[in-house]
Amino acid sequence: MTKLITKAVLLVAILGMAACTNPDRFGAGGAGGAGGIDSSGLGSPSDPRSVAYFNQTIGDRVLFAVDQSTLTAEGQNTLRQQAQWLNTNTAYAAIIEGHADEQGTREYNLALGERRANAVREYLISQGVAGNRLRTISYGKERPLEICSDETCYAKNRRAVTVISAGAGV
Amino acid sequence: MKSLPMILTLALVAMMAAVTIGASTMAVAEPLRLRLEDPNIEPVPIAVPTFLAETPEAQRYAEEITRVVAEDLVGTGLFREIGPEAFISRITNFDSPVQYVDWKAINAQALITGSVAVGADGRLSVKFRLFDVFSDAALGEGLQFGGTTTSWGRMAHKVADAAYSRITGEGGYFDSRVVFVAETGPKDARQKRIAIMDYDGANVQYLTDSASIVLAPRFSPDGGRVLYTSYETGSPSIFMLDLATMARRQISADLGSMTFSPRFSRDGQRVIYSMSQGGNTDLWMQDLAGGVPVRLTNAPSIETAPSFSPDGSQIVFESDRSGNQQLYIMDANGGEPRRISFDTGRYGTPVWSPRGDYIAFTKQEKGAFFIGVMRIDGSEERLLTQSFLDEGPTWAPNGRVIMFHRETSGAGGEAALYSVDISGRNLRRIITETGGSDPSWGPLLP
Repeated sequence: MTKLITKAVLLVAILGMAACTNPDRFGAGGAGGAGGIDSSGLGSPSDPRSVAYFNQTIGDRVLFAVDQSTLTAEGQNTLRQQAQWLNTNTAYAAIIEGHADEQGTREYNLALGERRANAVREYLISQGVAGNRLRTISYGKERPLEICSDETCYAKNRRAVTVISAGAGV
Repeated sequence: MKSLPMILTLALVAMMAAVTIGASTMAVAEPLRLRLEDPNIEPVPIAVPTFLAETPEAQRYAEEITRVVAEDLVGTGLFREIGPEAFISRITNFDSPVQYVDWKAINAQALITGSVAVGADGRLSVKFRLFDVFSDAALGEGLQFGGTTTSWGRMAHKVADAAYSRITGEGGYFDSRVVFVAETGPKDARQKRIAIMDYDGANVQYLTDSASIVLAPRFSPDGGRVLYTSYETGSPSIFMLDLATMARRQISADLGSMTFSPRFSRDGQRVIYSMSQGGNTDLWMQDLAGGVPVRLTNAPSIETAPSFSPDGSQIVFESDRSGNQQLYIMDANGGEPRRISFDTGRYGTPVWSPRGDYIAFTKQEKGAFFIGVMRIDGSEERLLTQSFLDEGPTWAPNGRVIMFHRETSGAGGEAALYSVDISGRNLRRIITETGGSDPSWGPLLP
């Protein structure tokens, strides 16, 4: 396992943005996040063209109210900037991951995560991003970010994360 | 963990034969009968003296089989075992008359005697008799099971099933298996594998590795195949696994859509499942012989967790078309659903009892989760369990016991399998070497 991680870090370092541009698949945050994977290959958060800028400066995620897939005003603001970045950096595609907190049954949460991911996709499309650059996937309650069992954690888990990937289409 | 068992031992006891042995006496008094619907049921005192070993090499099997028979019966919560230290009589010959007076004296209402032999061909043979002590009579005829020595556990379950069935008038469920998701690791890095076990948690075998998220395995009605959802293609989709050959195939392959929550039809020929497209989730049906999937619902709401009625004519499922999760029934070919859950709270994961009399469900209300049952028309709702997170009921083959999983809260939270009677009695944790979730209880084995 250690070997694998070493390899993964090397890959990111060598291939930089061309390969696995967001090794932190479940959106635990930027450099030094969970798993200790360095994000130096993502560019600088102050460089508007970098994936790090997208992830950290714009923000790669939006949050949702309990059992809701409606975008908040704050979420829409984030997504407008995401759309702008995507419209500028057309070499990238994105996978939008929908997530739910653990307060729900498994199947329902899968469907709810899909609703959330799709709400983000539709909004980005409305802002001019081509639909063929945006794929969705739902993780339901399978990949919580925070693991306490109260609202402070649940609020962070009810999210849709826009994961930037190399390639103009998906 | 990397090498998976290529062939399962499903057909172990395929040649297992049951032969009746002549009953010694006829019942004379009111026979022993436990009525499961009786809310004030008292555990029946039962004596299970160690089965006689008719050959020296049978001794080990005799002891193990006796232990499993007693554990099966006591595990139902319907029986209380009287330990051997209280015994007055010794069983020294399987065919000798039973000294009822000696068993009455220690208040054993039921007595199980048995004998075990290993034949010259290496095959195991198990005989047993059940006695209704206070009626001075055998309860049913003696039975004999034959099989390979490795199937001793199944023979023990068959003995216990026969005893349970004669005393309760209900079908047994001990000789059955459960597929589930074996879980290891913390909540934010949970590793999941599809696994199969005996109903009591014994003989766990892993059917997939944990390279991809796998969810909610579902047994075919004959127990030979398993449907489950896997992320291995990059998008959740449904796979079918043949347990005899370990051959696997993907059932749904539509790009850009998510398919999940599958369940077999009662004839095992079709699969109903949920598909999400453009953020909307509806129910679909796929004939396993081929053809295009048929859409069963067409609504902007979430329709998922479908389950067939035992006669295959109807489907119960959950939908949030009313604004939150509730239970609905519709014809197996689609059509207008009618809502059956009306109480406060949210209802999900409905499962039709194999007897057709109840629907089990998960209920959420005020921050707690419950496992409950209701009649097909939604009446007589009864909540059986409550915790931080109880979810995903599945029925025992006799429709009188439910298994589900319970996840504990917080950073150290773990999932474990539990069972409970439909009366709400006898909540028990199923001990497995890993955490467990999403159980699906298979049929009584032949």
